[in-house]
Amino acid sequence: MSSLGERLGGGREARVTDTGRLREGLIAVAFLAPSLVIFVAFFFYPFQQLVLRGLYRNNASGTNLRYVGWEQYSDVLTGPEFRDGLWHSVQYVIFTVPLGLLFGTLLAVAANRRLRGVKVFQAIFSSTIATSAAVASVVFLVLINQQIGVYQGGVPGFGDQAILENPRTALFGVSLSSIWQNLGLSFVIVLAGLQAIPAEVEEAATLDGYGPVRRFFRITLPMISPVLMFLVVVLVIFALQAFAPIEFLTNGGPARSTETLVYKIFERQAPNKMGEGAVLSVGLFGVTFIVTLAQFLLLERRVHYGR
Amino acid sequence: MSSVTFTGVTKRYGSVTAVEDLTLDIADGEFMVLLGPSGCGKSTALRMIAGLEEVTEGELRIGDRVVNDVVPAKRDVSMVFQSYALYPHMSVAKNIESPLVTRATRVPGTDGHAEEVRKLTGAERKERIAEAARMLGLEDYLDRKPGALSGGQRQRVALARAVVSRPAVFLMDEPLSNLDAKLRTQTRAELVDLHERLGTTFVYVTHDQVEAMTMADRIAILNDGRLRQVGTPREVYDQPADLFVAGFIGTPPMNTSLAELTEGVAIVGASRLPLAARSDGRAKAVVGIRPEHLRLDPAGPLQAVVRQTEWLGHEALLRIQPVGVEGPGTGWIARLANEDQPPEPGTQVRLAVTGPVHAFDADTGTRLDGGGPG
Repeated sequence: MSSLGERLGGGREARVTDTGRLREGLIAVAFLAPSLVIFVAFFFYPFQQLVLRGLYRNNASGTNLRYVGWEQYSDVLTGPEFRDGLWHSVQYVIFTVPLGLLFGTLLAVAANRRLRGVKVFQAIFSSTIATSAAVASVVFLVLINQQIGVYQGGVPGFGDQAILENPRTALFGVSLSSIWQNLGLSFVIVLAGLQAIPAEVEEAATLDGYGPVRRFFRITLPMISPVLMFLVVVLVIFALQAFAPIEFLTNGGPARSTETLVYKIFERQAPNKMGEGAVLSVGLFGVTFIVTLAQFLLLERRVHYGR
Repeated sequence: MSSVTFTGVTKRYGSVTAVEDLTLDIADGEFMVLLGPSGCGKSTALRMIAGLEEVTEGELRIGDRVVNDVVPAKRDVSMVFQSYALYPHMSVAKNIESPLVTRATRVPGTDGHAEEVRKLTGAERKERIAEAARMLGLEDYLDRKPGALSGGQRQRVALARAVVSRPAVFLMDEPLSNLDAKLRTQTRAELVDLHERLGTTFVYVTHDQVEAMTMADRIAILNDGRLRQVGTPREVYDQPADLFVAGFIGTPPMNTSLAELTEGVAIVGASRLPLAARSDGRAKAVVGIRPEHLRLDPAGPLQAVVRQTEWLGHEALLRIQPVGVEGPGTGWIARLANEDQPPEPGTQVRLAVTGPVHAFDADTGTRLDGGGPG
């Protein structure tokens, strides 16, 4: 029976180095092929189709595509719909990301102790990872809905209207369900970061006279900054893509105050609005791409990937 | 500068006793090495001095002060950790400065001003950093992060962070174990030098008896949480207090064998070895002879068969089996100075004993008096 090495290398003389460049290239392509196929079929090709779709206007029935070039792009991306949607999406980011980070970190710090039974709390705190957006939304429907909610009042200082009824507070109300749902992820990731800090480093800080608060801000926080950086990027992308909580809790209302970019894209499924929807989608992609890139460039400088 | 005194100190974790009834005086300015195998309690003892572990029972003093309930930062000690425990996100300079930032620091008296303990000003801190960096050859690395340094350099940063506050006591937990062999030898000498320059009390934990023998003023040998012997390197080598110490100090370890005692003689198999230790009426005892105290001599009292020879250039190790002694693990080693022609395996030889024949109680393992010099 020939060994694997002989079959791959084509003979007894074959060594790793003299497989041949062409042969190595072919092997590389073979290994890359599955992911290339998937990427092309499910990302590059649809994305190209999406971009092309934006170049055509539809009639009311979605047929009779008319080529208009980049005109539709400039119209939609400078129009009020894109601007409003983007603004709501940005608000959603502002509501969910800092609070998600804060609560995740607080829970992780609280649960990062060697106490009897702490694993139970760790399991509970991380459980929202296993919750779908739909479930999270229903939970908050029961909590803050104006008719069936446990709490039917409004946000203090913003009037008596129920949270989800008031155009000024509805988006915040929706974001609560995202904050809660993301909590498990934030918790698990920050906890992993905390547990990666060597005990000796904390002890050295104790001997150096750092109190708990100073130790947290001067030692712990900088040492988990790569993890926090990752979380910020992920949470921002999640927030920009949030759809289910809006669909479940407000359907974009009241007075279209919770229509984020994603929701506006969703509303343009009708055949006659396909072109516009495509342009908005490309716009959302562009925004996400730029924001993520900016985060890496800006935050990278403040993150310590120390060994 | 300060002494450190353990009085009946015990440390328990639940039902596990890590350190049991430790009483040990570490003198002011002394280089004390806590030596023992892993799990013997030496690190726990050190961490109790640092305040990183609480004392379960007993009293721990630094200088005249009982520190059982004093927080680590107020004990006037600094510690070098095995992993160095540098702050990866801070520059070398910031790492060194760290103990000065929040802790009150000893400021020596000048021109009639008494010594005081207070927080340092920014300028004073800079001066201290520069001084510590100079002492440890780190001037060129102050702006770097620890990640950009070699293991030896990181170790020096950890030392600089320890010396910068001029503490009363230095604590070191196996600080050389992450260095390669060559650097370890060199750093050993540097630590001894540092101790001489600073004159501060050093408490140094290691499992490496070579480190202990070469650096210590005195060695405290622990096993199973108990202190077995305290003494100078010479004392613990020449007069090990029990079989554990006898086996732990010295490479290769001491040869031991159960022997029958008659008046002034220990009978090991077919050999009759002269014994100075008082038998106190015992019929049996464990006798021990260090490998370096055996010499080939046709008139010697020890008869043995050569099993193996290991020629190392400057010396030869002879694995021998004393005649009449059998069973696994009963082989002895003779360490011979540069033998031109070690005997062939299988030959029967006679060896003379050039050093003391140690004797230990067969049941308790404790040393029988009179078995060595002094």
